[in-house]
Amino acid sequence: MTRPARSIAAGWLTPSYLAPAILLIVAYGVVPFAGSDYLLDAMLTPFLALALAALGLNLLTGYAGQVSLGSAAFLAVGAYAAYNFNLRLHELPFLVSLVAAGLVAAAIGMVFGLPSLRLRGFYLAVSTLAAQFFVQWALTKFEWFSNNNPSGVIDAPPLSVAGLTFSGAAGRYLFSLTVVAVVTLLAIRLLRLQVGRNFIALRDHETAAKVLGVPLLRTKLLAFGVSSFIIGIAGVLWAFAYLRTVEPAGFNLDRSFEILFIIIIGGLASIRGAFLGAAFMVVFPLLLSRLGAALLGDVFDSGVLEMSQRIVIGALIIGLLIAEPRGLIALVDRLAERVLRRSPRWFRRSTQF
Amino acid sequence: MFDYQFFIEVLVGGLLSGVMYSLVAIGFVLIYKTSGVLNFAQGAMLLFAALTFVSLAERGVPFWLALGTTLVIMVALGVAIERTVLRPLVNQSPMTLFMATLGLSYVIEGAAQLLWGTQVHGLNLGIDDVPFELGGVLISQFDLFAAAIAGALVTAFALFFRFTRTGLAFRAVADDQFAALAIGLRLPRVWAAVWTAAGIVALVAGLLWGARLGVQFSLSLVVLKALPVLVLGGFDSVTGAIVGGVLIGAIEKLAEVYVGPFFGGGIEAWAAYVVALGFLLVRPSGLFGQKLVERV
Repeated sequence: MTRPARSIAAGWLTPSYLAPAILLIVAYGVVPFAGSDYLLDAMLTPFLALALAALGLNLLTGYAGQVSLGSAAFLAVGAYAAYNFNLRLHELPFLVSLVAAGLVAAAIGMVFGLPSLRLRGFYLAVSTLAAQFFVQWALTKFEWFSNNNPSGVIDAPPLSVAGLTFSGAAGRYLFSLTVVAVVTLLAIRLLRLQVGRNFIALRDHETAAKVLGVPLLRTKLLAFGVSSFIIGIAGVLWAFAYLRTVEPAGFNLDRSFEILFIIIIGGLASIRGAFLGAAFMVVFPLLLSRLGAALLGDVFDSGVLEMSQRIVIGALIIGLLIAEPRGLIALVDRLAERVLRRSPRWFRRSTQF
Repeated sequence: MFDYQFFIEVLVGGLLSGVMYSLVAIGFVLIYKTSGVLNFAQGAMLLFAALTFVSLAERGVPFWLALGTTLVIMVALGVAIERTVLRPLVNQSPMTLFMATLGLSYVIEGAAQLLWGTQVHGLNLGIDDVPFELGGVLISQFDLFAAAIAGALVTAFALFFRFTRTGLAFRAVADDQFAALAIGLRLPRVWAAVWTAAGIVALVAGLLWGARLGVQFSLSLVVLKALPVLVLGGFDSVTGAIVGGVLIGAIEKLAEVYVGPFFGGGIEAWAAYVVALGFLLVRPSGLFGQKLVERV
């Protein structure tokens, strides 16, 4: 869960910003130069896109308590909207297309969030599936969305902002990193505002929140809107910075589940949890394939890998829900606390978990 | 000129194929009624059952022995799920349980295919999928067969719930978990029984769906067909599952034939969801949900 709110002004200066600051310095100053193209292209860029999508879903599901099974649809909306803005309005700067794509995703998200005004729990979860199927169908069916490509495939335009072109593995990584950092910062600020508090009140007890004067209608629609906006932007990164050629089938239900699993594994209602979960989702299959190949040799082919991956992820989710419903991030925090308790006091004060 | 005969043919075809949806939905309802869990793993169980049966049959095991063995395996699976997943998660929120069944469906799907391979198996139940004419309307023989099986299954369950002690315990738990606990019913045992029953439904549905689509991974996706049925019928009513299934089947086929051409076809994938959603806005608990419950 979130830490108790300190005064917002003081929040900027406290050492709790130390760790993210160091991370950012490393991510900007060291990684692009030291990392291989494989690391940047196949691991870090997808990690950033997935983490951002998970962050968006976490706002809706973790903080506001509305379960969605249609995240991949909003990834797709973001990607295809940005593609079309870029294609049809040539003079539009890419950054504007990016934000506009997010806004389109937000609008669609709010439309599919409308049922949440009357439905709760499972009924709502099922209704978000409608978004999943409808969007995927529409993008395949109407070739206008993909500039008349018969199978709906789109190719990414070059990423350029204000004359600066982000090309190559390092460029695409830096572009993703910047977008993710800015959006994450905004999301953190949002959660500290009244709106963020309303999300949590809505999740914890809808009726109580209503009695306390939380505007349910506005809060729910806002949760769907903000969440879809962020997921839409993540979709642009996924399509343009990571894959660079995407088709609607790539945004299927499995992708939606993947994003949901990221926040369950990483930690519901935790910004850091979204990042941790995404890192796990990217690294785990690679580790598993190495491990399987080392232990079993040729028996461990790609089919076996995919199946054992499913089994492990499923089992991990069940195990986490039973043993630690707050996800891996809670384990990490507990571990850090234990280490810190043994460390000298000056160090403890400067990190302050 | 409106072609009534064609309309009736589409309608009947839809109604009958809807029975297949009902079969899947009933498995959901059984579990939802007694434990308040929306079991997303129902589709995975269906796949697992069908795959196990087909693989046994292909290895030369006679039909009834293969059926019996699969049944035993499904019972063991039901008991194991109660032990390892449900019992530790007692008293958690319904959403937590739902996510656990999502994880469970991944585990079962993975295990089924790891065990039996990922290739497509044909399944022949000895009923040909040939249409015959009845009063000028073409009806699929296989659809009728499936409907008969579904009817027999529902009747068997209804009798079981009415006339056996386990059935009585079942109804008590569905009515009020705490009261059932207070009078000494063993909840874990009832749950194990429910998941076993759901496993049996999964086996029957898996065989029928497998005979139609071939036994393969996409079989586990029939849950997605069953969800709008549940929404329409209400999550906690067997009657709702049947009526909802038949309605959704009919709506889907009619929409595809009469509305589909305006959108370029292929609307079957989401038409059911849109109808179910629109209906929910009017009646948030479905046709037979809660208020008008027929206790089974």
